[in-house]
Amino acid sequence: MTGDIAFEMKDITKTFPGIKALDSVSFAARAGEVHALVGENGAGKSTLMKVLSGVYQADGGQTFLFGKKVRFSHPLESLAQGVSVIYQEFSLLPDRTVAENIFLGREPTLRWGVLDSHRMRTETQDVLALFGDRHQFEPDTLVGELDVAQQQMVEIAKALSLNARVIVMDEPTAALNDTECELLFQLVDDLRTQGRSIVYITHRMREIRRLADRVTVIKDGKVAASFDDVPETAQIVEAMVGRDIGHFYPDPANPDEVGEVILAVRNGGNDRLFDINLDLRAGHITGFAGVQGAGRTALALALFGADPFDRGEVTIDGQPATLTSPRQAAKAGIAMLPGDRKADGLVLMQSVRDNGMLSARAFSPALGHPDKTPISTLDQMDRAFDAFDLRAASYEAEIQSLSGGNQQKAIVARWLSLKPKVLIFVEPTRGIDVNTKAGIYAQMRELAQAGAAVMAISSDLPEVLGISDRVLVMSDGKIVAEFGHGVSEAEVMHAATEAHLELEAS
Amino acid sequence: MINRLKHMNPVFLVLLLLFVAIAILSPYFLQPAGYMNFFKRAAPIAILAVGQLYVINSGGFDLSAGALVTLTVIGSSILLDGDASATWWVITAMLAVGVVVGTVNALVVSWLKVPSIIATLGMMITLGGVALTWSGGAPRGYLPENFRFFGRYLIKDLPVIKILPVAVIVMVVICAAMWWLMHRTNYGKRLVAMGDNPKAAMLAGVPLTQTRVVAFVMSSVSAVIAGILLGGFAGVSTDVGVGLELQAITAAVIGGAQLLGGRGTVGATIAGALVLQAMFTLLNILGFPKPIRDVVQGLILISAVVIAGYRRRRSGG
Repeated sequence: MTGDIAFEMKDITKTFPGIKALDSVSFAARAGEVHALVGENGAGKSTLMKVLSGVYQADGGQTFLFGKKVRFSHPLESLAQGVSVIYQEFSLLPDRTVAENIFLGREPTLRWGVLDSHRMRTETQDVLALFGDRHQFEPDTLVGELDVAQQQMVEIAKALSLNARVIVMDEPTAALNDTECELLFQLVDDLRTQGRSIVYITHRMREIRRLADRVTVIKDGKVAASFDDVPETAQIVEAMVGRDIGHFYPDPANPDEVGEVILAVRNGGNDRLFDINLDLRAGHITGFAGVQGAGRTALALALFGADPFDRGEVTIDGQPATLTSPRQAAKAGIAMLPGDRKADGLVLMQSVRDNGMLSARAFSPALGHPDKTPISTLDQMDRAFDAFDLRAASYEAEIQSLSGGNQQKAIVARWLSLKPKVLIFVEPTRGIDVNTKAGIYAQMRELAQAGAAVMAISSDLPEVLGISDRVLVMSDGKIVAEFGHGVSEAEVMHAATEAHLELEAS
Repeated sequence: MINRLKHMNPVFLVLLLLFVAIAILSPYFLQPAGYMNFFKRAAPIAILAVGQLYVINSGGFDLSAGALVTLTVIGSSILLDGDASATWWVITAMLAVGVVVGTVNALVVSWLKVPSIIATLGMMITLGGVALTWSGGAPRGYLPENFRFFGRYLIKDLPVIKILPVAVIVMVVICAAMWWLMHRTNYGKRLVAMGDNPKAAMLAGVPLTQTRVVAFVMSSVSAVIAGILLGGFAGVSTDVGVGLELQAITAAVIGGAQLLGGRGTVGATIAGALVLQAMFTLLNILGFPKPIRDVVQGLILISAVVIAGYRRRRSGG
């Protein structure tokens, strides 16, 4: 059931120095509907939403909120009129309670300016009640103790406490696992039923199918397509990338491409991992599935020496290997592409080149010339960037100005300069648009074909199944099941949760 | 061309304007004796600032540099007590003290996880105490001529520039070496990457502890060298190094170095040190008393950070 138009943006144009970010974009949503806003990174989705909320001011066009013309010059103004944006990066204070975060900046006070903490608590309780029994925290819980999904609920609660009638969610599932996603979807359903208007920004087709009433595709700052229902996935993807993307996942390895065991773990363990026995073969992509906290990331960190095994043995090419620091692991031929690029991968203020060259420079003589290391020269790095079709205004540009996909390419190039034997990809396509995803999958396959053992860890289950020759399922720090290519999502999920349930029951 | 000017670090323009102002007010400044004297007095702070830049680019502060300058001057005068034949081993010993102090600073930060501002504050107080205890509270001994050579001696009768202070040669040589290490070696790139994002640098294979040790040693050794120059032209006193660490940080910030690491160049830092020295000279010519210098130093420190932030926001779009 959909109601009146909640907001309407007409012919919005926004220019940044040297780039037309939005070119006459029109976009609207009704009360009580979920309008999915999709497009590649850098297409202009976030800019459009920032115009709506008053972070940016449009150079041209008009915005109407409930029929009234508005022009917000600051996010606080739009917030007061019932427009809330929940960004990918939360704006929560970890050392404050849920209630304090929800009322941040507008705390109710008693006389003499004394904080009315009782009212904060009860009003927070009222808002949380809208979630039914799905929130497992209280107004007094410290936000730092919550997991990502719960923190997102706090952000949503904040919007609800402001009585937001328009809620924008910017890739809300980027950091969530499947169970948490389902919880979020239910919350979004509730918000829709309450008559709120939701703009849902995402890359994931599954979520569009599950949630959206309408879909608008933005490409290069323009509306590429607008659907009043949810069309076939292919139609959406075609509008996004402007062409047929063909095979999304590359073919699995031929048996003759699979080589020797490169890395072997026997009875490996630490405080989060138990009885890990694992063989990684040249030419093979091994995917790891499991619920959040099952130990997939812990395994990657153990192999990469960041959080090492304290029991068991690891061999590389049959030789015992000591992996007690990332530097040692890298020397032994292991590379890890971290899932959180910004926090763990990039040196943001440095150039694309400096980011690409970082590992080559880290493993070359300290006093050697930084552009002519024995591992890679700057020219070779530039050619690697070219080969990956890395797009930047200039390779001298700061890497923070690039899209997620191009940043990922720079980090891949960084590691390939060391010619690693084992490549561990953690969340290889998080925050990366559909078109670039296919390129990254193709690259992972090429690396395997070139003789590397590839490990893929992702909370996007279709991705793990699509890319892997073999899927290992983890649960509670153990490897609990193994499947070949072509296994169904249901089988994997069953294995991932079954073991969990058995453990809980015992 | 205009575009290049726009992207040029404004510190160079400010420096030029200050030079013009000083030259107009005091034509003596245009004589070789005038500007060479200026560069001679700027030499210790320029060297200290570039040493400090290593620590700043690594993401830290070195507050112990000023106290180490004092310790160098006091310690050298006591150890030498006018004995010219001892100069070389005393200088060697003092440089060794610099290496030890820098290493301890870095290891306290790396191994004990103490923030550098606290670790080096502790070192500053400790070194100050050592210098006071050793000297008994008043300067003792004196520095022989061959020790003071570096800070005081002028090479005369040269063509064009006529005179050249040895301190200026020391400044040029040390700064050139530190420019090379920062901007033309793998080490320098690792250092800046570490200051930008230590976790990402570590996960890319950068040896953080080793990188940090070298950065702090560069700062401490530059403090010892600055101390040798200052002992040369100012003589022995117990407050010779007071506040120099803050001047060094100010100079780096005026040069556009980003506090907490990841961005800063040697050239601009030297320009920042010269701006600071030129500002002091200008205030001197205008007849302002010494405390006004401190007020001005404080104000330009804050303005430099504000301007740098403004420029970044604008260029960042």
